[in-house]
Amino acid sequence: MTSQNFIDPDDSWTKIIRPKRGLLDLRLRELWRARDLIMLFVRRDFISVYKQTILGPLWYLIQPLLTTIVFTVIFGNIAKLPTDGLPPFLFYMSGTVIWSYFASCLTKTSDTFISNAGLFGKVYFPRLAAPVSILISNLITFAIQFAFFLIFTGYFALRGTVLHPNGWILLTPALVLVMAGLGLGLGIIVSSLTTKYRDLRFLVQFGVQLLMYATPVIYPISAIPQRFQWIILANPMTPIVEVFRYGFLGAGEVNLPALAYSFGFMLVVIFIGIVIFNRVETTFMDTV
Amino acid sequence: MSNTVISVENLSKAYRLGQISTGTLSYDLKVWWARVRGKPNPALKIGQADHSNLVGETIWALKDVSFTVEQGEALGIIGRNGAGKSTLLKILSEVTAPTGGEVKIKGRIASLLEVGTGFHPDLTGRENTYLNGAILGMTKTETSRKFDEIVDFSGVEEFIDTPVKRYSSGMYVRLAFAVAAHLDPEILIVDEVLAVGDAQFQKKCLGKMGNVAKEGRTVLFVSHNMIAVQSLCHRAIWLDSGQLSEQGSVSQIVTAYLRSGLSEDDINVRVWPDIASAPGNETVRLHRISVQPEDGKPGDMISIQTPVRIEVEYWNLLPAVHLHATLQFYDDQGILAFTTGAWDDLDHGLLLQPPVGLFRSVCHIPGSLLNNGFYRVDLVLIRINSTGTYLMKDAIGFGIIDNIEGRLAWFDIVPGVIRPLLPWETKYLGDGDS
Repeated sequence: MTSQNFIDPDDSWTKIIRPKRGLLDLRLRELWRARDLIMLFVRRDFISVYKQTILGPLWYLIQPLLTTIVFTVIFGNIAKLPTDGLPPFLFYMSGTVIWSYFASCLTKTSDTFISNAGLFGKVYFPRLAAPVSILISNLITFAIQFAFFLIFTGYFALRGTVLHPNGWILLTPALVLVMAGLGLGLGIIVSSLTTKYRDLRFLVQFGVQLLMYATPVIYPISAIPQRFQWIILANPMTPIVEVFRYGFLGAGEVNLPALAYSFGFMLVVIFIGIVIFNRVETTFMDTV
Repeated sequence: MSNTVISVENLSKAYRLGQISTGTLSYDLKVWWARVRGKPNPALKIGQADHSNLVGETIWALKDVSFTVEQGEALGIIGRNGAGKSTLLKILSEVTAPTGGEVKIKGRIASLLEVGTGFHPDLTGRENTYLNGAILGMTKTETSRKFDEIVDFSGVEEFIDTPVKRYSSGMYVRLAFAVAAHLDPEILIVDEVLAVGDAQFQKKCLGKMGNVAKEGRTVLFVSHNMIAVQSLCHRAIWLDSGQLSEQGSVSQIVTAYLRSGLSEDDINVRVWPDIASAPGNETVRLHRISVQPEDGKPGDMISIQTPVRIEVEYWNLLPAVHLHATLQFYDDQGILAFTTGAWDDLDHGLLLQPPVGLFRSVCHIPGSLLNNGFYRVDLVLIRINSTGTYLMKDAIGFGIIDNIEGRLAWFDIVPGVIRPLLPWETKYLGDGDS
């Protein structure tokens, strides 16, 4: 055989299926090629949510509005929690809008394997397309609610409430990114484990609610006694909510190391999540 | 240079039989805690051996399966339920990972393990076409380019902007298949999707798949419909209990497979050597009964065209008694197809005083008379001018294979208990009304 005719046989294969895959073989190129699919998933989720509803997309606005009103009445007027001198309505709305993006990313991605079992069991596409599409469709919801929040902020400012929006606003995209990362990372860890242990689904549902109370959504961090603050600060969502609120409303605490902590936390969670996800996705059909 | 596009080497897949793990986290923790303390696994049944974390038994859905597929080949994968066909397809389409071995693939692969995967009931036909196309691996541009063709093939153009939950199940399936049929992959994997839709649509689907194969693309086809397998594929592999039983040309493999299926109730020959213990009564005792092709021996393959002989040997115990062997043929539904007997057998009739002793009656069944399937035969030995002297139920059974010679484009079964080949004439009578 001449050297010209010799072709390394492994080179000419487009795909090799083996029992185990490398831990970090993320197939990101495949995910990129599936971008049309991701966008179609987003479209599907967006359309199917308000099909056969009377109010349609208005629900995206009603939800945060009602939550904010309930919080204002209960925590502001009845429990009289402090709000760092901000109008309670804006205080709660800023918390709700930013928190609900994280919460919905986490709860929905944590259901990835179970709710897509029928689809995953019949056809292969990069599995990460499903959770990534959830992040994007939640981003649309967030954008709508965020705009809604801006309208209310503008309204309050026009009415003469003194607000101090500042340069921290520019960090908003980064905050959203960190939240998406946290939601995705935690979500896929949970979803990988739920293929075997269904218990975790219930845990996530109320766990997210409990976590909200450990995040300064309905109270400012300044209202927490000094010696308990570390508990709240250990929560990677705390700096995000605080910075968001500080940027737009000018009250709260901005703490750069804490923000860096959130970012680092997100990287670790994403890493662990993807490694577990990668291991589970190849055989989850056998256990789900 | 060979053009292998799929190479499967020692592929194995193990499943745990019974419960996978124990289901809840608390229970698994309990098992784990017991192991940490060195106690026996509390999840085990009493007397069950303790295999670390393995609860239940392991079943090998596939074991050391190796084969290759060349470019442009249409490969049929056949086997009984549970033989591992679906597992093989799942591994090839990357739905699940193998336990051992390796698969190498060259080219874009698309698998249709189900039609309409990912269809969302609330979305319209148009939206679902794009979504389903993307799930199967098409980009948006590709789907757009083929959109008209897809809609045309499905025949649901009027309803394309209606949510698919308003579709009839037939329309739903037609649209779903239409998307899948326009994938244009280099390798197409198809599992039983033909079992959908009406006969006309099935024919359309098979035709489409046949075209795919003719265009030089590679097709892997799993089906229980042997007629479809034979008409689409050139080569076949036969999986049996997770192992590759045989591979070769499609007709050879399908024939072997069909014969193995029939042999369970196939009783080709029965012999009772001892007259005292042979079945019968005071008039007659059976010695031997067999079924075989006219030019073969018992156990040889019988196809639709094969002429068959059934031989009956019996001892006549009483002198001067006329006996007629009579056979009743039942199809696999238990329907009596016909009865035939040695009633006008001249040789026998000429013996006015048949002696005591061994007789043999042979029944000749011409080819192209019986349908494919399994026939049971009851044997009745009738004493002349008398009713049944001796009846033996299910005396013999044999299967007939349809090797699709002489078929045109009909892939379905030919209904009827028999399938005689009769003389037909068709003439052209000119165009117009006369």
